[in-house]
Amino acid sequence: MTLTSSAENPPGAAAPHPALDAGLEIAPPSRRAGWIARRVAGRVAGAVVVLWGAATVAFLAQVALPGDRATIIFNTRAGQPIERTAQELAAVNAQYGLQHPVLVQYLDYLRGLLHGDLGRSYQQYRPVAGILGEQVGSTVVLTLSAIALAWVVMVVWVTLTAGRGPRASAFGTAVDTVTAALPHYWLGILLLLVLAQRLRWFPVISDGGPAGLVLPALTLAVPLAGFMGQATRTEFERALEQPFVVSARTRGSSDLGVRLRHVLRHSALPAVTLSGWALGATISGAVVVESVFTRRGIGSVLVTAVNSQDLPIVTGVVVLVAALYVVANLVVDLVHHLLDPRLEAS
Amino acid sequence: MTTTTAPTTTAPALARRRVLAGRPWTLYLALLLTAWFAVSALWPHLLAPDDPLALHLDSALAPPGVHHLLGTDEAGRDLYSRIVHGTAPALAIGVGASLVSLALALVLGGLAALAVRPVAAAVDRVVEVLFSFPSLLLALLLVALLGQSALTEAVAVGVGTAPGYARMVRGQILATRGSPYVEAAVTLGHSRRRILRRHVLPNAVRPLVAVFALSVGQSIVWASSLSFLGLGVAPPSSEWGALLDAGRLYLTHAWWLTIVPGLVIIVLALTATTLGTHLQASLERNDR
Repeated sequence: MTLTSSAENPPGAAAPHPALDAGLEIAPPSRRAGWIARRVAGRVAGAVVVLWGAATVAFLAQVALPGDRATIIFNTRAGQPIERTAQELAAVNAQYGLQHPVLVQYLDYLRGLLHGDLGRSYQQYRPVAGILGEQVGSTVVLTLSAIALAWVVMVVWVTLTAGRGPRASAFGTAVDTVTAALPHYWLGILLLLVLAQRLRWFPVISDGGPAGLVLPALTLAVPLAGFMGQATRTEFERALEQPFVVSARTRGSSDLGVRLRHVLRHSALPAVTLSGWALGATISGAVVVESVFTRRGIGSVLVTAVNSQDLPIVTGVVVLVAALYVVANLVVDLVHHLLDPRLEAS
Repeated sequence: MTTTTAPTTTAPALARRRVLAGRPWTLYLALLLTAWFAVSALWPHLLAPDDPLALHLDSALAPPGVHHLLGTDEAGRDLYSRIVHGTAPALAIGVGASLVSLALALVLGGLAALAVRPVAAAVDRVVEVLFSFPSLLLALLLVALLGQSALTEAVAVGVGTAPGYARMVRGQILATRGSPYVEAAVTLGHSRRRILRRHVLPNAVRPLVAVFALSVGQSIVWASSLSFLGLGVAPPSSEWGALLDAGRLYLTHAWWLTIVPGLVIIVLALTATTLGTHLQASLERNDR
């Protein structure tokens, strides 16, 4: 998305941006910088509150697990319930700091988080941060490539089908609706069976290589593209009827040029907003997709941990994902303002 | 992050409504399928007279064909019968999850919109925090806490999807409260309680009827994802998610065991979406 406002207009054109046509005021650069700084500060403060809340939920979940925690830790390690002596329990209590009152444990937990300490796995005898650190890269690569791929698919599909008469439009929307409803496991298995097993175009098991990334990313991208397409298409068709489109056409722009350079920018906003939300939804999907393609990542770690009730790993993932979500939304918010300076007037 | 256009579950619903409202045939198809699902859930023997758990080891893993419409599983059980008999537990989880989800959404959304300032702000933050967890992650956290069962699955999915609906309810109540007819009622000097009961709540709650239909379809998809991960209702239940879970083992030589139950879930989700969008459209027509 390198669409700048200068690209919108030929040199020497009178109106620099449609927002000005609409009579909205845009702050001068100095005021704008101050405004952005304040806005960012507000957003960051909000993000910190959300993260604190996420950490609290994560802590409460660990406390809420029914039963004595030291016993649970032992049983999770052994995989079966065994009576433990008071001495053994005391050792575990000391290791996990469970002898302190809950409030002290809570503050310790928060202090640990500030230093990047997500607690210790019950089962693996290791810090959760280390376990997730090994896996998170793979999941982030998968999610980001999926979102990027979804954008490409969505932009091509909407640009080709939106505003081309009722038939093409209806067909385009039907495809959007159906693809948005496809569960990840189903689409993943279908792609796996057809493209990997039958046609052998891609490996069945997704290893670290780029060829193994294609099917998992595609599985996540298709429903997301359908989802964003639904939001974009409405805006796209509305933008096609705006005066600036007519004006661009009279200047001799080609149909495709108008669609790509003018209409797209105006219709991309809902999808940009959705992208921040999509990161969370895509991570949900990644858990499933990693399972389908036996790909490493936090999803597979998470499923194992849920199965064995290894709660520190589960809550570690929850905190990590909440953090990613918060950061993504900060970025989305900034992109939003770059794309649509009119927001500053409000 | 509450400002700007907050993406809620209604955004795609609105887009779909625009498309589907003009075309009654999608509605008729959806009603027909709803009838099919309803009969499957209530009187499965009418549609599939055979015992869904009857073993026919001589015809194990038979592909879809004349004798077995949708094929058989590793023990020769007829997939069609199992799907029909699995409708009731699958729908029960979907409906249960939606009830949990919307009840929570009403409480949280209502408090965030109507409670006194500090409470409302606090609830608003809680919803915001929960919203930052992806639905499946929140559901997995609950499964880790409560262990695996059909009840956990419904609660987990319900809680997982509630934050989005809570934001929607809050927005709906705020929008209603700022509307001209409420202003008129205030001008007329009606009491706060009366305005709330007569105007704000009915108008804020009515759209939830349509959302409920959407939510049942979505919940079944989420629940089946949990089952697919081996964290839902365990086989040998014929619940659709359990069928998926069991079919995974035979993926490479019996594709129908996972593809077909998945397809049924997709059809149900699309049916629920279509019904929901039509309901929404007709409710809005009545408003005018």
